[in-house]
Amino acid sequence: MTTSPNAPAIVIQGLTKTYASGLQALKPVDLTIAKGEIFALLGPNGAGKTTLISIVCGIVNPTTGSVLADGYDIQTQFREARTRIGLVPQELTTDAFETVLATVTFSRGLFSRAPNPAFIEKILRDLSLWDKKDNKIMTLSGGMKRRVMIAKALSHEPEILFLDEPTAGVDVELRRDMWALVRTLRDRGVTIILTTHYIEEAEEMADRVGVILKGELILVEDKTTLMKKLGRKTLTLNLIETLEAVPAELAEWNPTLIADGHELQYEFDANAEDTGVPSLIRRMEALGIGFKDLNTRQSSLEDIFVSLVHQSSSQEKAA
Amino acid sequence: MTGFNAYGVWAIYRFEMARALRTVWQSIVTPVITTALYFVVFGSAIGSRMTEIDGVPYGAFIVPGLIMLSLFTQSIFNASFGIYFPKFTGTIYEILSAPVGPFEIVLAYVGAAATKSAVLGLIILATAAFFVPLQILHPVWMLTFLILTATTFSLFGFIIGIWANGFEQLQMIPMLVITPLTFLGGSFYSIDMLPPVWRTITLFNPVVYLISGFRWSFYGSGDVGIVWSVAATFGFLLACLGVVWWMFKTGYRLKS
Ligand SMILES: Nc1ncnc2c1ncn2[C@@H]1O[C@H](COP(=O)(O)OP(=O)(O)O)[C@@H](O)[C@H]1O
Ligand SMILES: [Mg+2]
Repeated sequence: MTTSPNAPAIVIQGLTKTYASGLQALKPVDLTIAKGEIFALLGPNGAGKTTLISIVCGIVNPTTGSVLADGYDIQTQFREARTRIGLVPQELTTDAFETVLATVTFSRGLFSRAPNPAFIEKILRDLSLWDKKDNKIMTLSGGMKRRVMIAKALSHEPEILFLDEPTAGVDVELRRDMWALVRTLRDRGVTIILTTHYIEEAEEMADRVGVILKGELILVEDKTTLMKKLGRKTLTLNLIETLEAVPAELAEWNPTLIADGHELQYEFDANAEDTGVPSLIRRMEALGIGFKDLNTRQSSLEDIFVSLVHQSSSQEKAA
Repeated sequence: MTGFNAYGVWAIYRFEMARALRTVWQSIVTPVITTALYFVVFGSAIGSRMTEIDGVPYGAFIVPGLIMLSLFTQSIFNASFGIYFPKFTGTIYEILSAPVGPFEIVLAYVGAAATKSAVLGLIILATAAFFVPLQILHPVWMLTFLILTATTFSLFGFIIGIWANGFEQLQMIPMLVITPLTFLGGSFYSIDMLPPVWRTITLFNPVVYLISGFRWSFYGSGDVGIVWSVAATFGFLLACLGVVWWMFKTGYRLKS
């Protein structure tokens, strides 16, 4: 299979979706994903993540807009586009009566690839499915079924892999295996687009993060830039003597007391000109409130996400 | 790479055939037993008291009609179930996301359904040969009618499978439409035996033309001219192809 060396993995332009019910699941979305990138699409339930993926994969028709996969239009050149794409859908939908080996072999053929039993064996071994290859799918546990769906998606050696909520409701072992798999695939140059509402997943794996809310892609940013740009830090001070309440003199920093008054916490914008940290410490000194230790912690994507959700809903109220 | 996805068609076709082999009892043994019962009841018990029709013993006369009845119902059942079930379970996502176009999807699903019912038709034919003396004057035409009818009704079943929103709808058309039309379409009698008014009404039953042509390939005579039968067979085939083409063109009920 030839690849277009200069084309990005995915180019989405002006993509919208309005379902027959009248619900607009996607407002115009523009997004370019480079080859070899791991892109996390982050958003709460109902944001439109699955809709977006389903359109790129050919399962849902777009209302307007265009999508190129490896330079090929997903509608007019759907054969070229789809052979390059693998999808692990959100829902566990598998044939019940087929065996593991049969269903994975089926997928490879369906995606227009010549049989390659050695390759299928390798995938099944990598996913700890080889012992189960002759089992009917219905006899497998939920976690095993998800492995089968991953094996099916990888069976035709896709260059672009979509993982729709890959770790929702899976056990720790599968989650770890999944992350390991994503890294191996990345090393092989596979572009991976995953959706999640687990922030730590995006944080752990992604190169770039897109945040989608109510069908709108409100933000796309390098993960590290995003963390820096929107990153807030929390300063925690271990007090020598416990405090009953936050003294009125510290009210302008709006700190909180935790651990039964043993610790004082102050949240600040790490990129601000004036973080408020030195002045807080000076004021505490003046008040005679001593501390034994201090630490600062970077806000997680989760905190960032929560603040984004708040921002967006307050903007909506204002509008 | 552009063009035809032969591996994909073969994968779906094999999948559908494997499904039939897994349920071989249901797909083959049941219809064979049912047919054998028809022969016991109509061929031997009633047939022995019936006169010959157009010089053909009654038991032998009903064979083409019985095979047609099976072809209609089995083709519709196989094809409608084949496409409805993945819709129902959600596994259709994989077909929709695969590099297979409408032509390949239809070829694979309809081809598999038609293969199964055509094979079944031949098995019923062989079963019938145990009970009654058979004669096939035009074997090539017989096979042509068999295959075309299996294909047409598999297409029809495919349409029903895409249209259906529940298992009830899936069974409604074969039960409410096909079985009555077949029974009233001269499977078990020559329409010449009917009073003139009913004979004229029956001629509006499309199934008459299919059964008549098939019977002609066995015994050289039918209720209507062979040209009409050939025309009707191709007419239905084209009509079904047209509907399928329209469904895919409009994305009817396959994608939201
Ligand atoms: N087939 C459909 N018909 C109508 N509405 C749909 C359909 N699929 C999804 N939706 C709606 O579109 C919105 C986005 O859904 P989805 O893309 O599944 O979100 P996410 O994957 O981010 O949870 C939701 O409000 C959902 O109810
Ligand atoms: Mg979803």
